Order: sequence, then C-alpha cells, then structure tokens
Amino acid sequence: MSELFRTCPRSGLVFHKPAETLIKLNAVTAVVFLAVGGILGLLVVMTRWPAVHLLSSELFYQVLTGHGIIMLLVWIIFFEIAILYFCSSTLLRSRLATPRWAWLAYALMLGGAAITGVAILQGGSSVMMTSYVPMPAAPHFYLGLILFAVGALIGCFVFLGTLVVAKNERTYEGSIPLVTFGALTACIIAIFTIASGAIILIPTFLWSVGYISEIDPLMYRVIWWGMGHSSQQINVSAHVSVWYAIAAIVFGARPMSERVSRTAFLLYIAFLQLASAHHILVDPGVGTEWKIFNTSYAMYLAVLASMVHGLTVPGAIEVAQREKGYTNGMFEWLRKAPWGNPVFSGMFISLVGFGFLGGITGVVMGTEQINLIIHNTIYVPGHFHPTVVLGTTLAFMALTYFLVPVLFRRELFLPGWAKWQPYVFGFGTALMSLFMMGAGTLGVARRHWDMAFSGAPFSFEFGGAAYMMMGLTGIFGVVSVIGGAMFVIVVVGSLVLGKKIEDKSEYTTTRPAILPLGPAAPAHHGKGFVAPGTFVLALVFLATFVVYYFLNWMYLSSVWPMN
Amino acid sequence: MAEPVQPSGNQKEERVPVLQQILDNPFLLLFIGVVMPTVFYILWGVMEIVTIPIAN
Repeated sequence: MSELFRTCPRSGLVFHKPAETLIKLNAVTAVVFLAVGGILGLLVVMTRWPAVHLLSSELFYQVLTGHGIIMLLVWIIFFEIAILYFCSSTLLRSRLATPRWAWLAYALMLGGAAITGVAILQGGSSVMMTSYVPMPAAPHFYLGLILFAVGALIGCFVFLGTLVVAKNERTYEGSIPLVTFGALTACIIAIFTIASGAIILIPTFLWSVGYISEIDPLMYRVIWWGMGHSSQQINVSAHVSVWYAIAAIVFGARPMSERVSRTAFLLYIAFLQLASAHHILVDPGVGTEWKIFNTSYAMYLAVLASMVHGLTVPGAIEVAQREKGYTNGMFEWLRKAPWGNPVFSGMFISLVGFGFLGGITGVVMGTEQINLIIHNTIYVPGHFHPTVVLGTTLAFMALTYFLVPVLFRRELFLPGWAKWQPYVFGFGTALMSLFMMGAGTLGVARRHWDMAFSGAPFSFEFGGAAYMMMGLTGIFGVVSVIGGAMFVIVVVGSLVLGKKIEDKSEYTTTRPAILPLGPAAPAHHGKGFVAPGTFVLALVFLATFVVYYFLNWMYLSSVWPMN
Repeated sequence: MAEPVQPSGNQKEERVPVLQQILDNPFLLLFIGVVMPTVFYILWGVMEIVTIPIAN
C-alpha cells in the first residue's frame, strides 16, 4: 500500500496521513478530558474554600477521585501519545509504524478511561487516585485503569516502532532530533511506569474480585508510587521536549549544546523515576538507606538535569535573539520576545513556574528531614500543581496554539483570548499553588473535606492565617479554572468555528525528502558568557533555592526545639 | 599473506564516541531506564519489606 504524506506550507512539517489522524484524535480527546477534569477541579476548589464549602463529604471524595484520575492520567497521557506520534512520524518524516495497533491503543485507552469513569460515577470507588488498599474500589475501577495502561503501552511501542522504521528507511541523517530524543525519554519512563502499574494493579483487581485474600498495604504503596509518581515524570520529559520544540519554532533557536542536553535527558532516564520514594519517606517498613539513596543521592542527578534544561532552553532563546540584534543590556532579548504570542508566553511561564515553584519545592519534599514538616499536607498538591498544571499542562496548551493552524488548518478562534489565556491560567495556578503551600506549612491536610473538623471526636482548631490561605487558594483556583476554560473555548471554537486556512497541500504518495542533519551549533568557545541574561536568571534561581531551603530547615528547628 | 588493512584517516575520524552510541540506541536506553528504577526502587524496596520480621 502506498503511503500518503503532505507537507504543511506554513511550517514545512511533513504529515503521514494515518499519523496525522491519530495525532488529532488523541489531542482532541485529551482536551475533552481536560474540560471535564477542569469542571471537577472547580468543584474541589469550591469545597476546600472554607467560606463556600460547596459539596457534601461523599460527593467531595467522589469528585476528587475523578479530578485526580482524569487530570493526572487521562488528559495528560492522551496528549502525550499525540506528542509521541508527532515527534516520531512528523519530526522524522516517517510513516507511522503499525497504525492499526495505534488505533487499538486509542480504543483501549478510551474504553479504559470510560470504564473507570463509570466506576467513579457509580459512587463505590471514591478511593482517590492512589486507591490505597485495604480501601476497596469496584473491580471495574481497576480494570479500566489496566486497560488504559495497556493502551498507552501499545502507543509507546508504536512510537519505538516508528523510530525503527525511520532508521531503516533512512528518513533522517545523523541522530534523531533533540525534541524526538526528549519524547523517547518520556516513552521509556512511561514503559517503566506502566510496568509498575501492572505489577500492583493486576493483583489489586484480583483482590477486588476475591481471587487474592489480601494485598500488603506497604508493598502496595511502594510499587503503586513507582507508577503514580513516575507517571508525572513522563510529563516532565514531555514538557521539556515541548520547551525545546517551541524555542526552535518561535525563535529558530538551536540548543546551546546538543551533547549536554542529551546527557541531561540520559540522567532523566536513569534517575528521574527514583524520586517516587519521597512518598514513602514517613513509612516505617523501608530503611533509611533506601529512602536517602532514592530521594537524595540519585534524585539530585535528575534535578541537575532539570536545571540543565532550565538553563539551556532560555539560553538558546537568548543566543537566537542576540543574533537577531537584540543585544542591548542584559535583558533586551527577553523584553523584545513575542509576549503576545501564546505559543511563546505559555512556554516561558511554564518554564519559570516549573523551575521556581515545582522544582524547588520538589527538592524540599525529597529531603527526608524537612519533608516531615509538610508530609501529606496540602503543601503536596501545592508542589505538584505548579509541576503538572503550570509546567506540563501550560506547555501542552502552548504547543496546541501552534498545532491548531498547522495540523487542523484553522485560524485561532478568539485570538485576543488566546493571547491572554496563558497569563490568566499561569497567574491563577501559581498563586493557588503558593497559598496551598502556605496552608500546608501551617498543617492543613490534603484530601480533607473539612478543615474545621465539624462534629469530629478529636478536633483541631486552625488559626485565622490557615483559613485565609485556604480562602485565597479558592479564589486563585477559580482564576486558574477560568484560564483553563478560556483555553478549551479557544481550541474547541477554533476547530468548530475557526476560519479555514487556504492550504493547498495535498496528500501524495511521493516520499518526503530526507530530514537533513541540523546545522552545527555555533562555537561559543572564547566568547565569554554568550547568554549573560540567562546566567543572571540562573543565579536568581540559585539564590531563591538556597534561601527557601534554609528557611525550611529553620522552620524545622522551631518544630523540633533543640534546647 | 595479505597485509592487514589499516583504517584510513576518514575511518578514524568517523568513529562514533561511546556516549553517542549509547544515546543513539533507543533499546539500550530503554534497558537502562527500566533496570535502574526496577533495581534501586522496586526490588530494593520490596526486599526491605519482605524481610521485616513477623511479629509473634
């Protein structure tokens, strides 16, 4: 069968027809789930806002379970499968390997998400995303998750198969592009994640139907977090790839050093998943050596990799901007960046938010001693919202603004909204997260319906500051949801009502030209700091990190009086 | 007996560094990415749990 390709005249990207269809389908499905998860998020935040306290306790835990699973697994993994197909087939100008298997993957993921969704809606599976045993959920809750994971695993192997096809058919010269390499990193972490999920969820499913008498709760927690936390590391690798892609798309930026960036991804592959251990830091059954090696010694190598990416992406943008003549002072390159273009602004807010809020707090939570101050408080979602929402979701939103005209051949609907959306979403999410962290530091629990403990036999009276923090969490949570709704309206509106772009590109059986080797990165030796503005930003980051880390130790010393 | 063939200068130059060979092999990377966390996180963690003495 002859393969059909088209070349987008706007971007020069080459689309293989089956891959293009599957990228669109996975991305649209992801956005639909994002809308559903966002509505559930609004209900959660309106309940944790003490003055509103919207839902009943039963409904709160049900909605929170749905919000967690849809946002942390379903929305994000559907979008990541779209990214995997884009980074393999489109960026390598290759046919997609085994499109039929890719369709099966999509069907399993959709079916699995639907089955788990039904289980949650039926009300017998309000067990949160973690579904810790011995708290039971309905059997089809686990079954749906298993089917979803199998579908995602097939999608990963379609990606790997496409890399093999591209190499065998010589569709590119040299090594795979850096963005595809980042997607490969995400794919590898996804495979470990899914394997961990299978190891624990299959026995848990058998336990739920009565074939296994019990599941050890500690064993469950250790292995489950191999899936639960690693699934968020897929996001990190994927959104870092998106940062590199957008820097290249918007500025024509080339990585400051391909070798350094690829080595940083290699550090992710080897070490990033070990950070799962920080969830087990207060569990008594595993030893200090295991905890410290996994959360500190090994995880810091992954943190180093994130800092490399956080330095090289803005550094590459600065070098590209300076080559265009924006050389005045330290920050003209940044002031003159296209801040009205949501592709850029979304990416840059994602980068800064991920680094300053998600990254620094991640290291704090991975340190055994200071983790004790905030373990299982609302500080934890205060950490992962800037990581997964501000970091990953906003980066994916930014990429979507680029893909709508290129992939769907539609102009953006309400471009003024699109221009402001990353700021509204970024501002709301960042402040919501900061106030969650503040409340968590004061001891407010996560996943708790009523911080006033009304009617509980053992109550605790939080001070006014904690209530104020939770009120501000509610207000900025609503701002964040408004930002998310703006994105969904712009994207869905663009697909339905957006003006069609006059695109003469047709599908042909002509094989696309081989992807040439990228131009060599400019030599920076002997030029001093080629990106001095980025260097200053890195020093600001370092200073912020040191001060915040010190403050946490100081706070710990006040919790544990040594005198 | 034939003289052993000496590699030309070009062949010497084209030798791919070891790190590059690792980075260019997705299945070797997959092996590293699965084995490292399986050994250091899963197996080590599970071994610690199963060796907890049973209370009498």
